[in-house]
Amino acid sequence: MAVTSWIHHHGRQFGTLIGLFLLLFIFWLLTPYFFTVSNLLNVAQQTSINAIIAVGMTFVIISAGIDLSVGSILAFAGVVLARALQAGAPLPAALALGLGTGLVCGLINGLFISWGKLPPFIATLGMMSVARGAALLFTGGRPVSGFDTGFRFIANGTVAGIPASVLLMVVIYAAAHGVLKRTRLGRYAYAIGGNEEAAFLSGVNVRLYKTMIYGLSGLLSGSAAILLTARLNSAQPIAGMMYELDAIAATVIGGTSLMGGEGSVGGTLIGAFIMGSLRNGLNLLGVSSFIQQIIIGSVIIAAVLIDMGLKKQRR
Amino acid sequence: MKQTLLRMQAITKIYPGVTALDRVDFDLESGEVHVLLGENGAGKSTLVKILSGAVRKTSGTIELSGRTVDIAGPAHARGLGIGIIYQELNLVPHLSAGENIFLGREQGPGWGVISQERLMKEAQNGLDGLDLNLDARTPVSALGVAEQQMVEIVRALSIDARILIMDEPTSALSDVEIDRLFATLAALKKRGVGVIYISHRMEELFTIGDRVTVLRDGRVAGRRTIAETSREDLVRLMVNRELEEQYPRIRPERGEPVLEGAGLSRSGSFTDVTFTLHRGEILGMAGLMGSGRTEIARALFGIDRLDSGTVRIHGRETAVTDPGAAIGYGMGFLTEDRKSQGLVLDLSVRENITLPGLKRFTRMGLLRIHGEKETAQRFIRELRIRTPGMDRKTLYLSGGNQQKVVLAKWLCSLADILIFDEPTRGIDVGSKVEIYQWMNQLTAAGAAILMISSELPEILGMSDRIIVIHRGRVAAELSSEEATQERILHYAIGE
Repeated sequence: MAVTSWIHHHGRQFGTLIGLFLLLFIFWLLTPYFFTVSNLLNVAQQTSINAIIAVGMTFVIISAGIDLSVGSILAFAGVVLARALQAGAPLPAALALGLGTGLVCGLINGLFISWGKLPPFIATLGMMSVARGAALLFTGGRPVSGFDTGFRFIANGTVAGIPASVLLMVVIYAAAHGVLKRTRLGRYAYAIGGNEEAAFLSGVNVRLYKTMIYGLSGLLSGSAAILLTARLNSAQPIAGMMYELDAIAATVIGGTSLMGGEGSVGGTLIGAFIMGSLRNGLNLLGVSSFIQQIIIGSVIIAAVLIDMGLKKQRR
Repeated sequence: MKQTLLRMQAITKIYPGVTALDRVDFDLESGEVHVLLGENGAGKSTLVKILSGAVRKTSGTIELSGRTVDIAGPAHARGLGIGIIYQELNLVPHLSAGENIFLGREQGPGWGVISQERLMKEAQNGLDGLDLNLDARTPVSALGVAEQQMVEIVRALSIDARILIMDEPTSALSDVEIDRLFATLAALKKRGVGVIYISHRMEELFTIGDRVTVLRDGRVAGRRTIAETSREDLVRLMVNRELEEQYPRIRPERGEPVLEGAGLSRSGSFTDVTFTLHRGEILGMAGLMGSGRTEIARALFGIDRLDSGTVRIHGRETAVTDPGAAIGYGMGFLTEDRKSQGLVLDLSVRENITLPGLKRFTRMGLLRIHGEKETAQRFIRELRIRTPGMDRKTLYLSGGNQQKVVLAKWLCSLADILIFDEPTRGIDVGSKVEIYQWMNQLTAAGAAILMISSELPEILGMSDRIIVIHRGRVAAELSSEEATQERILHYAIGE
């Protein structure tokens, strides 16, 4: 009874989880190296950045919004962080500056959407261009490189054999799951996405919570910027191009509805891993990056089609 | 010259685990309005959906004009001359009435080119045929709900529908508009069209219906001609129990004023509205649709701004800036449209019940899910909400049960100044009486209710005092003793 009701409630994640296992199994058959511990950790590490951005995207999409600016915010936060480090700022201050840049950009998105009543698509499309321009202007278009090992530990260090970036991802997901299921911010995200008017009439401060949700998305882009900068030992003003689409794809594959009101971070994590292992496995197999794009696009469409089919069936 | 258009025999529909229809017989003659009555979940929609091709029957036979048919889908049903008009109208707002009438069936010289003039001419003919006084070129967005319904009727007739199904057509119409709809229905009858008419409104059945079939729990509970039945008879058939009284108002002692409005105005909506709502009282607010009743309620609840006037809550002058503030003052607003305003349909029964009062379930920033579940379970039990469980999405509940969830929301937020806008619209008789009983219980416990309603029997039966709104002004204040249907209408129409 407990098991069947669990499957019923988590049926959508269950479907995507099976999809992920199927994918892993196929790669294991095709290339034995795929299923080694070191490669799987590698996949996790490569996935972590998209996965962290996709957490913020999940909150945004559950509230029936969209955030196109995450990649640009990542680039801007990254170069701010890098310049601070180069200028000799202490590590915590530099990290706070990077995170703060992301948070402020996200909050600005939220303010325009909540109080300016701009459609999220438009507001974040604007921010996508503004933040990218700011990153280029700030660096004169050149990458900012060379940091000390303390900072680089964030990406390359390990704790008990597990990469620090993977640990960070796990912590963020656990926290995000808690926020979504156990706080008012999470509950209101669902309510706003499901029926904004009914939420407002039930006394939900819709504008405040929407602003917080976009702020959260910006903050997570800032976190991803720290990881990427540390891993590459360099901050690029042109980093993070198209990351918004990867994040949206992971979220949607994970069963979050673009119409809002439904979704989970657990599903998004699975979605991010489907994307990550697909890239990794295809690389191992030597599939050209052109064909990879075609395959990834097809997987996105197939995943959502299957998900919609399952959902219809369960009605 | 009556002829039998439709004969359904022993129609059965079995969903996994549920028998929605159990050997139901139904027939329809030309030129007749056959009313289908029943509580929510009695099987009316399923029966109608089988006819319109949206659902396939499990067994039974359907004969159209003596010929056995197997309806395969919506397009097939249309081809067979069965037209259906749903409660939610299906028109494209930016297209004109004429374009909507022929949507998907446009004709022209070929290559997808539409001959606009011919289309408009034929559409206009259709509209004129029913004496509708409507221009086919008017965009649908500029039409009122009743006129949109007329466009739907003309669209159904333009496919030569001989059988027209109408699902609660009057639920969003004002009295004047209802009269117009009935005139149209009379014209249809004259043409020999048979109409299957679903409605919850008892009064109108006696105006428009010829025969009534009552469904209960998927079976035919009884069939009557209108002439040989009565309201009490039909209610008994529907609920299978004598309702001791349909409006069980118990008047408690009236207490001190809890909500007062003085000279409230908002341009374009209402002017100089003054009223007092007391503890323990139900104040009825009557008036025609569009008279400004809902707008007054919205302003009181902080949704729209007031241009002038003062609001006093518990005797203290208060500016209600938004719904959040209103809830803080102990107010609750049961909106007229529960699907678009009252509920988040994607959320569960539990999550909807606790939405306005969620603060109470938060400790150190975390939701106390256990306490939330206990509370939700308690309201489901006390309000007798029929749901498989508290985690069921409200989307899947029947209208009456959805309305109970909305009521539970405000009980859960501990509101004691309640605004009810059309609290029983579109819900079954059983749930209605339960909601009335809750209104009694609430006022007995010291709550105050401002009840907006377009159903005069409800206003008369449940209110302790009545104010009548006409064109945004208070036209009259009547005590429950002096109020009659005629007097209320007199002031509402503004004669």
